[in-house]
Amino acid sequence: MSKVLEGIRYSESHEWVKAEGNIAYIGVSDFAQSELGDITYVDVPGEGEIVTKGVEFGALESVKTAADLVSPVSGKIIEANGSVIDAPELINQDAYSAWIVKVEMSDPSEIDTLLTPEEYGNIAK
Amino acid sequence: MRYYDKLVFELGKSGRVAFSLPEAKTGAVIPAELRRSSSPALPELSEVDVVRHYTNLSQMNFGVDTGFYPLGSCTMKYNPKINEEIASMPQWQGIHPLQPDSTVKGVREVYGKMERCLSAITGMARFTFLPCAGAHGELTGLMLMRAYHESRGDSARIKVIVPDSAHGTNPASAAVCGLQIVVVKSRPDGRVDVDDLKPLLGPDVAGIMMTNPNTLGLFERDIKQIAQLVHDCGGLLYYDGANMNPLVGVVRPGDMGFDIMHLNLHKTFSTPHGGGGPGSGPVGVCEKLADLLPSARTSAYNGNFSVILKAYAYILMLGRENVRMAGRLATLNANYIKESLKDVFKLPVEGVCKHEFVFDGLIDDGSSTGQNGATTLDVAKRLLDFGFHAPTIYFPMLFHQSLMIEPTETESKETLDSFIEVMHKIAMEAKNDPSILHNAPHNAPVGRPDETLAARQPVLKFTV
Repeated sequence: MSKVLEGIRYSESHEWVKAEGNIAYIGVSDFAQSELGDITYVDVPGEGEIVTKGVEFGALESVKTAADLVSPVSGKIIEANGSVIDAPELINQDAYSAWIVKVEMSDPSEIDTLLTPEEYGNIAK
Repeated sequence: MRYYDKLVFELGKSGRVAFSLPEAKTGAVIPAELRRSSSPALPELSEVDVVRHYTNLSQMNFGVDTGFYPLGSCTMKYNPKINEEIASMPQWQGIHPLQPDSTVKGVREVYGKMERCLSAITGMARFTFLPCAGAHGELTGLMLMRAYHESRGDSARIKVIVPDSAHGTNPASAAVCGLQIVVVKSRPDGRVDVDDLKPLLGPDVAGIMMTNPNTLGLFERDIKQIAQLVHDCGGLLYYDGANMNPLVGVVRPGDMGFDIMHLNLHKTFSTPHGGGGPGSGPVGVCEKLADLLPSARTSAYNGNFSVILKAYAYILMLGRENVRMAGRLATLNANYIKESLKDVFKLPVEGVCKHEFVFDGLIDDGSSTGQNGATTLDVAKRLLDFGFHAPTIYFPMLFHQSLMIEPTETESKETLDSFIEVMHKIAMEAKNDPSILHNAPHNAPVGRPDETLAARQPVLKFTV
């Protein structure tokens, strides 16, 4: 049974977002990491790249498959998590502490359109 | 099987040779600054050591000549030996692609007759034999699709529609060709959702790529309607020939409305596949694209002639009357296995399949024993213990535990029955003690390589 963390929001494509003011930390859910299996490569653009809600901005590769990362919010990447890029296994170990990119949101109200932990728990089965 | 894992670099001794070449006289030709100062670090072995090395390695291999190989969507059918015999005739073997046409009339005749055979089988007007594999054919076909639209001044068509069950090569080829990929969903019955397709169609659509039967082994019954819709919006239909085997001599892609297609001679037409290659992916086009064929020059010379020759031998061996039996028997075999195993494996889409089908893992994976349940990977690994090649696993990605089985037409009922028996046994093991499966294979020379480590820290060259 995969874990759904309280206090953050989710997308239908299995990303999570933790907002601090207009800054969003984006990662993938525990369900996503368990479906992917051992993640071997994190492919994300660097600082300054513009991301758009609902649009693919990177990819994860695992031993089983490759999956697009779809941005749950719009804005500008202000940091890609170097530790996770160097050690993708961090996502498998704890999906909710292994944020992948930090985004400065252009419209923080987009957060409210995302799934609540309860709603996400119903689809991540 | 004796375990053997030596590298050729670990064998031999300095100064040992298998073959003595005459002294090179190129010294004067190659300028001094381009000549290497030290000898390359090549293995130095006697002939018998080389022969034993590769013979030992070959015995570690599993092929369709070794046993049953039900690898879905790959059509690992038996390669009749007469194909090889014909392709090995010295009359073919000594030819060179640059020799004058007048000296290779027989080769030209094979190309010409093979084109007529493939046109008759598929309903396409013309074929090119340049592409050397399926994905190469896809790229060639998509280049023709672009060339068609551009020749009409219709340069806004940049999107290619691909079903969510498609082979991964379809979107990959479209991306390589500089086209954008749009995914069309499948319905619960595993077929393309026509209602989902309609809003995707418009003046920016170059075409749609489809496999029929699709990767679930299901015939796309709405194909005529889909063809009409795509043509009405000005797009073309591309047929991925990977699953052509059940249809040969029965239905023709050209009659379904497809404009461009490729065939995998190394699947449908019984030439060696995978590591046994090389392959051949001839591309056929309908009449309105025939003049564009020379514009897609995707390989030097004229493709892999020996493969085309072997496939031609296969077609002539069967003849017009019998060629259609292959697909029918492949379909019968697939349905026999499906119906015999659906009591222990989840069958997501009921009904008659074509040459292959997909299970979604075990019905009872043994998790009620308190242990972790047995996965599709575990089932695949356990099959190796019984001398069967594993099916395709975790594809298509429509399901979480996909297990895709394609027996092909050449297997006897006894072979199918022994596979079914083993699969039942594995299902029983999973139910009672899934750890047997978690630790499989127990008899193979290599158990479970650490794929994660290999992907994260690949060792790409041999170091002493």
